[in-house]
Amino acid sequence: MSDPLHVELVAADRVVWSGDASMVVARTAEGEVGILADHAPLLSLMVPGVVEVRTGGGETTRAAVDSGFLSVAGNRVSILAEQAVLASDIDAAKASKDLEDAEKGDLEDEAALGELRRARAWVLATERS
Amino acid sequence: MVASIREYRAKIKSTEATKKITRAMELIAASRVIRAQQQAAAAAPYARELTRAVSALATYSRVDHPITTEPENPTRAAVLVVTSDRGLAGAYSASVLKEAERLVEKLRTEGKEALLYVTGRKGVAYYKFRQRTLEDSWTGISDRPQYADARALGDALVGSFLTEDGGADEVHVVFTRFRSMLVQTPDVIRLMPLQVVEGEDKPESGEALPLYEFEPSASEVLDQLLPRYVYSRIFFCLMQAAASELASRQRAMKAATDNAQELILHYTRIANQARQAGITQEISEIVGGANALADANAGSE
Repeated sequence: MSDPLHVELVAADRVVWSGDASMVVARTAEGEVGILADHAPLLSLMVPGVVEVRTGGGETTRAAVDSGFLSVAGNRVSILAEQAVLASDIDAAKASKDLEDAEKGDLEDEAALGELRRARAWVLATERS
Repeated sequence: MVASIREYRAKIKSTEATKKITRAMELIAASRVIRAQQQAAAAAPYARELTRAVSALATYSRVDHPITTEPENPTRAAVLVVTSDRGLAGAYSASVLKEAERLVEKLRTEGKEALLYVTGRKGVAYYKFRQRTLEDSWTGISDRPQYADARALGDALVGSFLTEDGGADEVHVVFTRFRSMLVQTPDVIRLMPLQVVEGEDKPESGEALPLYEFEPSASEVLDQLLPRYVYSRIFFCLMQAAASELASRQRAMKAATDNAQELILHYTRIANQARQAGITQEISEIVGGANALADANAGSE
């Protein structure tokens, strides 16, 4: 059976992953969502986190994204993020160091907080895979 | 005479060195243009998807956002001028700056004060020399722009646009559009207030947009979406400008290489003439001397 969903995971400067899948799991502002075939059209804000793309064959591709958008329409899923990296391309050591640095930062500051969330998502992506 | 041959030889040598440099710069620019084009192509999907999302919002919910509303009487306009960091690119920066001056003049006749935002050392130097105040400037990104750079620029511009007092009422971008390797033209776009569903790749008119559900709400999605749309458009401008700069540098360097080659030919010709003249003179001196000796000997015998 061919996979029903066409998924495009797009970062600001390149296409990170594109292909067919049976299910997409992402973290939106409202919580985790799983997108299956024939999902209603949706445009949703994502928070930094891990996106999982599962294919019918049982393979799972994970990627870390910073905040962005999830748009679903007619079995087309586009995930737009300013930064997105496949879990397999993340340097685990660097990611955890980034997280440590970010934790030391000033957490009142919006930018530092954003960086912390991003770093956490990156580490999470490496841990799960 | 001998001295002048040496002079020309030295000139030929230095021109050859110059030619090597300009030739190398031409080749570097040529390979970077291709990379810049690839980068632009790689960023296209993001811009396309973002445009789709914005048009979906615009179609199915009321787009009522400060970024898209026209201010009632605009008095200040921000102008982002995208120039290069380095010279040796022909008239690239000069023509962007000329276009920018024209825009500033036009804004002034409309009664709007121009706030200048400049990228590229050439532009910064141009305005510094004329002692014009710059609101902000960025350097070191002109030939290889990253998304983060576009974001920083976008933040400043959106910030200024959303400021009620003392901020800009509209935002324009002056950059160079890359039409082909041979043609790059300076161009002006009005970035904000945003006209939704415009731009490079709007969805085809026949394509029906689905009825979206928005999470958490349409207005919150809009709040996030519109600034990114602006960043993505700035990124697009920066990439176009980078490709144009490199193409224009390649052309300028090709012209320089050709000119150097012509100069070398010219100097070689003069040097050869001088050498030939020297030889001819030596021969005539020897012949003349021999004749004189022969005459003297004949006279004495």
